Amino acid sequence: MNRDVSTRKRISTRTLLLWGLAVTLVLAGVVSFYASGHPDGLEFVAEKLGFDSTAAGHAGGDSPVADYGVRGVENSRLSGGLAGLIGVLLVGIVMTGLVALLRRRTPAKRD
Amino acid sequence: MPDGFLDATTSLATAATAVAGVGLSLRGARRELSDFAAPLAGLVAVFVFAAQMLNFPVGAGTSGHLLGGTLAAVLVGPATATLCLTVVLLIQALAFADGGLSAFGTNVTLMALVGVWAGYAVFLLARRVLPRRVASVPVAAAVGAFVSVPAAALTFTGLYAVGGAAPIDLSSLATAMLGWHSLIGLGEAAITFLAVGAITATRPDLVHGARALAGVQDLEIREGVRA
Repeated sequence: MNRDVSTRKRISTRTLLLWGLAVTLVLAGVVSFYASGHPDGLEFVAEKLGFDSTAAGHAGGDSPVADYGVRGVENSRLSGGLAGLIGVLLVGIVMTGLVALLRRRTPAKRD
Repeated sequence: MPDGFLDATTSLATAATAVAGVGLSLRGARRELSDFAAPLAGLVAVFVFAAQMLNFPVGAGTSGHLLGGTLAAVLVGPATATLCLTVVLLIQALAFADGGLSAFGTNVTLMALVGVWAGYAVFLLARRVLPRRVASVPVAAAVGAFVSVPAAALTFTGLYAVGGAAPIDLSSLATAMLGWHSLIGLGEAAITFLAVGAITATRPDLVHGARALAGVQDLEIREGVRA
């Protein structure tokens, strides 16, 4: 046993992942509603120095969740929260799939 | 970053950089993922996505949000972190119309490459300076996170100097970008400290950036034995 670790409160990997996922879902689904609507650093600087005018519209602007709102959902709290949860789902699926692919194709070397 | 800020040549160059960087990271990530910490990679990606939605005010009508590169690099390793950030940026651009498609290579370069690797390099330096304890890891991560934001902002300024679409004064661009993004870097540092601190306090053995300090823990923890 490693002393450094055994003196700490240990939780299982599964518990840690579930807690992390819970925090993430609350952030994306609920807290995101309270995010600042001000332009971010780059947008703000672009506006101030006047180069924001060259920004082009987005080719994916007609996506059903464009700009973090679910099209057709009137309630902005619900619309934004759902969009956040959908995003978490999409990112989770793609990243988990990628990791599984990378791990499967890793030769079982013991070095 | 939306489409239209940089000219086509510069966007092609950053796209090539992004392809090379992500390609190398795909190789590097295999090494990082070959241990039991792999499930954390999915969690880190979704957490970074959620946290990037949360703009926090930084004053004078401006906001900032987490980039998450250093946070991810310290938790799962820099190559895996590059993949996490790339996946986040990809979903943002494709599904949420957030970040231009022709600007995708630039966004990957700025956030998934510069944000990750500059932050991770500073993390390693800070960790070397700080006491060799697991408790130093969140502090070093915060330092790396703080530097990573102005580093990405400065890289953007450099790209704009080469291929910016509008003729603007570059020194005021550099000043404004560095100034605001240093403030945003403080938020980046705080969130990174909390997130890395929470996992380091409970399971330091899962934290990529803490493993060098945790001696031979890698060989001792046998999570999967019962299953």
